Amino acid sequence: MTVLAERIEVADIAPTRTDDPIFHLRGVKYVYNGRHTALDGIDLDVWPGEQVVLLGANGSGKSTLLKLLDGIYAPNEGTMTALGSDIAAVASGTDSFRFHRRVGLVFQDPDVQLFCATVFDDVAFGPLQLGMTQADVKERVDESLAQMDIAHLAQRAPFELSGGEKKRAAIASVLSLRPDVLLLDEPTASLDPRTKWVLVELIRALGRDGRTIITTTHELEIVPGIAGRVVVLGEDRRVLADGTPDEILGDRDLLLRANLIHEHRHQHDGVVHEHDHEGDHHP
Amino acid sequence: MTADVRRSDEGRIGWLESSLGGISESIERAVFTEEHARGDGWLQGVDPRAKLMMFLVTVLAVGFTNSVVVLIAVYAILLATARASRVPGDFFIRRVWLGIPFFAGIVVIPALFLVPGPRLFDIPIGSVHLALSAPGVAGAILFVARVGVSVSVAVLLVMTTPWADVLKSLRAIHVPQIFVLILSMTYRYIFLFLHATNGLFLARKSRMVARTSGGEQRRWIAASMGNLTGRAFKMSNDVYAAMMARGFSGQIRTYNADHMQASDWISLGGTLAVAVSALIAQRMLP
Repeated sequence: MTVLAERIEVADIAPTRTDDPIFHLRGVKYVYNGRHTALDGIDLDVWPGEQVVLLGANGSGKSTLLKLLDGIYAPNEGTMTALGSDIAAVASGTDSFRFHRRVGLVFQDPDVQLFCATVFDDVAFGPLQLGMTQADVKERVDESLAQMDIAHLAQRAPFELSGGEKKRAAIASVLSLRPDVLLLDEPTASLDPRTKWVLVELIRALGRDGRTIITTTHELEIVPGIAGRVVVLGEDRRVLADGTPDEILGDRDLLLRANLIHEHRHQHDGVVHEHDHEGDHHP
Repeated sequence: MTADVRRSDEGRIGWLESSLGGISESIERAVFTEEHARGDGWLQGVDPRAKLMMFLVTVLAVGFTNSVVVLIAVYAILLATARASRVPGDFFIRRVWLGIPFFAGIVVIPALFLVPGPRLFDIPIGSVHLALSAPGVAGAILFVARVGVSVSVAVLLVMTTPWADVLKSLRAIHVPQIFVLILSMTYRYIFLFLHATNGLFLARKSRMVARTSGGEQRRWIAASMGNLTGRAFKMSNDVYAAMMARGFSGQIRTYNADHMQASDWISLGGTLAVAVSALIAQRMLP
């Protein structure tokens, strides 16, 4: 696994823990429709300026946790505060307006996020809801499109964009709110390798501004580039480990338990090989 | 995309697959026509709000015109406008006139025989007389011409204006913002769900290894409708969550910082002049 850590330069932002945590979760449980447990007793603190990766296999509750952090859902059990607010108040809508000025969530499926007729309108949606003047909105939209390097796509319809362009537009639509905290749900999922690494570079650049960025993924190869800290969610929907990228990616047993790698045995010229694989095996 | 789903597993064209394919194709064609909307012709340079007003003025004038000669003159101006806007003439004409005689023609068929007045001919079929009325024919020609010219104006607007701008310009005539947003989202997601539906048909087709009975096919269609409804419901929840996450509080605000230029006002004034001239001319013509 050290190979993975060496593949790209490690994120250059060290966690700063001088302030109170901006997210504070204790014993948080979330159950869908009263039947499907998505999170079960999550304890987590996130400090300002941290670049956290929530690492976990499919179904480990990463996306649900991100929606809780964004105040879209409120926990069924446990206590949770975000930026000093009780997250239940945010989820119920009473404190939503103030909260979403500071916290932005980029959904896994960009088609969910890009619901307007043009990319410009989508990026302008957030600032407009905050009641900004047309001039301020334009300034923010131009700034966000430039940050994501998609200024040329401003007047295009979202359904005309490629997967990578949609992801960038979705991130720009949140950046225009200039959030202190950016929540990214599987930002590199379903992207070709080149687009994936371009996006990783963009996320690194966003992190350099001192923003708190929390990213979910199950792709180990991107973790060193975007994480200062890694929280592993297990298949039991609890926090399995919390540490630096080196500590986490170097712990083979942990990655096996979290179903992030699997052992693989095959034969070459009569010799049996045994090694680990990340994700699916392609012979 | 659609060509593959045209034939069912029995080798015959499945009507549902064909219909969905057709709808999908039409929408894709509408998107394709944005190629013209992004061109550098005359109408493309006019503010969408001015274009929408020009459209309304022209359609109103056409609606009040009782002269086929005036309608032909207005259509000639439209053809010239299409040319100045670099819209291919044959595409523009075919798109309007291939369907109009059929749809408008069906509506006026009874009038051809029922309107009182001199008859062009009278064919007795038993006790029934098939007699074509001269005023009926004149009325039918006027009706088809009006519909054809009105649809041409609409097609020209849509072909020279991106959909997003057409929707936005509705605000200029005080269509409520929430209505414009719903229209825009409907247009955005109907495309996505048509693709999903086509995907369902293709997935089924790829796994078909034997003939299925009519009952089984109907059950599959019902199950697919349920599946799609479920997906649409989930997506609507997710989209609403995405709106909430960006500060949506129930009140829609849209960006509209563009201003009409002098050239836009001149275009609108020119259209108004043509419309008034058409109405005056039709009174003067016999």
